[in-house]
Amino acid sequence: MFKNPKRVFILLFLLTIALVIIDLPENYRLKFTLFGRTVDRVINPPTIRLFGWTKQIQTSLGLDLAGGSHVVLEADMKDIKSSDRGSALESAKEVIERRVNFFGVAEPVVQTSVSENSYRIIVELPGVSDVERAIALIGQTALLDFREFTTPEEATAGAFTFPTLDNTKSAGITGKDLSSARLSFSQNTGEPEVAIEFTSDGTKKFGDVTGRLVGKALAIFLDSVPLTAPVVQTAITDGKAVITGSFTRDTAKTLALQLNAGALPVPVRPVEERTVEATLGEESVAKSIRAGAIGLGLVALFMVLQYGRLGLIADAALVLYGLLTFAVFRLLNVTLTLPGIAGFLLSIGMAVDSNILIFERYKEELRMGKPWGIAIEQAFGKAWDSIRDANFTTIITSLILYNPGNWGFLPSSGMVRGFAATLLIGVVMSLFTGIVVTRTYIRVFYKERA
Amino acid sequence: MIRFSKYLWLYALISGFVLIPGIYSLIRFGLKPSIDFSGGTLLEYRMSQPVSQAVITDVAAASGIALISVQQSGSGSYLIRMKQEEKPKIEGLTVSLERSASVTATIVRHETVGPILGRELLTKALYAALFAVSAILLYIAWAFKNVRFGVAAVIALLHDLLVVLGSFSLFGRFLGVEVDTLFVTAFLTTMSFSVHDTIVVFDRIREYTKRDRSRHFSDICDTALTETMNRSLTNSFTIIFMLVALVLMGGETTKWFVVALLIGTVSGTYSSPFVATPILLLWHRLEKRRTTA
Repeated sequence: MFKNPKRVFILLFLLTIALVIIDLPENYRLKFTLFGRTVDRVINPPTIRLFGWTKQIQTSLGLDLAGGSHVVLEADMKDIKSSDRGSALESAKEVIERRVNFFGVAEPVVQTSVSENSYRIIVELPGVSDVERAIALIGQTALLDFREFTTPEEATAGAFTFPTLDNTKSAGITGKDLSSARLSFSQNTGEPEVAIEFTSDGTKKFGDVTGRLVGKALAIFLDSVPLTAPVVQTAITDGKAVITGSFTRDTAKTLALQLNAGALPVPVRPVEERTVEATLGEESVAKSIRAGAIGLGLVALFMVLQYGRLGLIADAALVLYGLLTFAVFRLLNVTLTLPGIAGFLLSIGMAVDSNILIFERYKEELRMGKPWGIAIEQAFGKAWDSIRDANFTTIITSLILYNPGNWGFLPSSGMVRGFAATLLIGVVMSLFTGIVVTRTYIRVFYKERA
Repeated sequence: MIRFSKYLWLYALISGFVLIPGIYSLIRFGLKPSIDFSGGTLLEYRMSQPVSQAVITDVAAASGIALISVQQSGSGSYLIRMKQEEKPKIEGLTVSLERSASVTATIVRHETVGPILGRELLTKALYAALFAVSAILLYIAWAFKNVRFGVAAVIALLHDLLVVLGSFSLFGRFLGVEVDTLFVTAFLTTMSFSVHDTIVVFDRIREYTKRDRSRHFSDICDTALTETMNRSLTNSFTIIFMLVALVLMGGETTKWFVVALLIGTVSGTYSSPFVATPILLLWHRLEKRRTTA
């Protein structure tokens, strides 16, 4: 059935309709009056439901366009055996993911990246423009440590000594031994405090330690900073305790959340932070769309000037190309970034190239005195070699830039990836439209006057 | 048919004219690294009213921040680069800026990159480039069943990369343009572009060589170049239209990225007929001389 160009054309027509539906703008308010009837509705792309598989069609915008924070955290692995590093990083990632979700960030992305000796966690938080707060949320190691004084004199209730890391030693209980933590208020003073519960293992340890330290101080450190050093009145064996300190409601709540989400198994520190305000992103989108439209218009005009009616056909194929590529971006959830848009526009230039190659061939074949019908078919056949070889190198380069295997020795930055993804998809789609679509359009519409 | 093969000296002259200042600048001044490479902090301020750059520098100095550069992008929008600074100091800077220039200042972009990442980016980019060049070389050698084509294409590619690097060294020196991650991307894309174009020309040469073995090689090259010239120009024009629109109308963030792509495209188009093909020709002549001698 693909032999008949008219049938292929009908298929392409149906495809175009499907693509237009997929490419519908999001939350676009359509309002107009036609023949006295007023239409007013908000347009959205549809949701696909197929055999129980649902997909909401939408454009995912990168942080540079949507606004948000991008933070790269480097894990300090020097105290961790090299065989355990991978799993430590993974569990750190899980903890960070939980924390991020706790704070209600929409669609966060948390990824790990390992290369040679660096273990990193990349966190992307759309809509969070205060990077400092973001890091406070996710990077806080929240290392809770129960410490006892090293010398007995200092530990007695009477001789109060300010606890430091030097005059105390770990009692062997950390945040890992907690099962839950929540904000509560002191029954005596009404001050905010954090109520904690230990795991069964932690309960036993805590019971032992408090039993040993009755009448002595047990200091509680958070991230190496002493929070409080209450004196143990009696052994606590039910696994429940409260942490008091000079908390405000918010700090107590934050601490509870952090303790709840679990302490990071490995300390991390930020090595890269990028924040973009949503307004700047919106501006960039508007500018890119305008620039793209003007560039596209120029290209279309140029093709018509250069090739006449063939140019028009190429332009029609280009429209389908644009619809198709954008639909693929949406279906494959390609995150559009500024460089990504540049890659897309660049691939439009390359999509036209296939047509130019074919049309130039066509002109040559005509000059050799062949009738146009044969000339155009031969032009498609002969131009294919160069189109294939030429696009193949672009595919190689964009694959290397995209780095699908996540190889540590190649770049894996989001910006580079965004560009590579759109360029790659664009070039592959251009092979389809440049050959199949243009050819069908020509076969159906084009007739050379004899 | 145009006798392109007669003017090899002219092409060498043109390439030299473009390459020599660029290479000189590259050796003498190098490239201006952005915080992506050197590490540091970049702020983009949106001010309610334009503020002179001297004021910004002075205010920053008073807040104990030494600025590396201040750049105005659009009215009331400023890109400020400095060594890595912590949030409190930057908040202090915003407050003193607002006070001394009596404007409202908002940070719309805030980037901080640690120094390790920079070094890493450099080596990774280098690996990616080497990887891509060898993949392309292999592909061409395989597709054309001849290493000569591959080598000629890669030399043309190096030519284009040097043009891009050289121009950005000059831009850096005279316009303060920095090279960042996006530049690396443009650099690598130039590679694929350059080869894309060269292949179209080589494909024609291959076709004619197959068709008529007795034909003189320079003759073949001339025919191939004449026939592909129109296509090369048309194609470059379409891409150039697209990119020029992006440079003029697109955002500040991608401006120099697109300029790099633009230079890469122009050079890539030029190098296919005027660098890659002449190398093929010279190689052929040399070989012929050796076999006849």
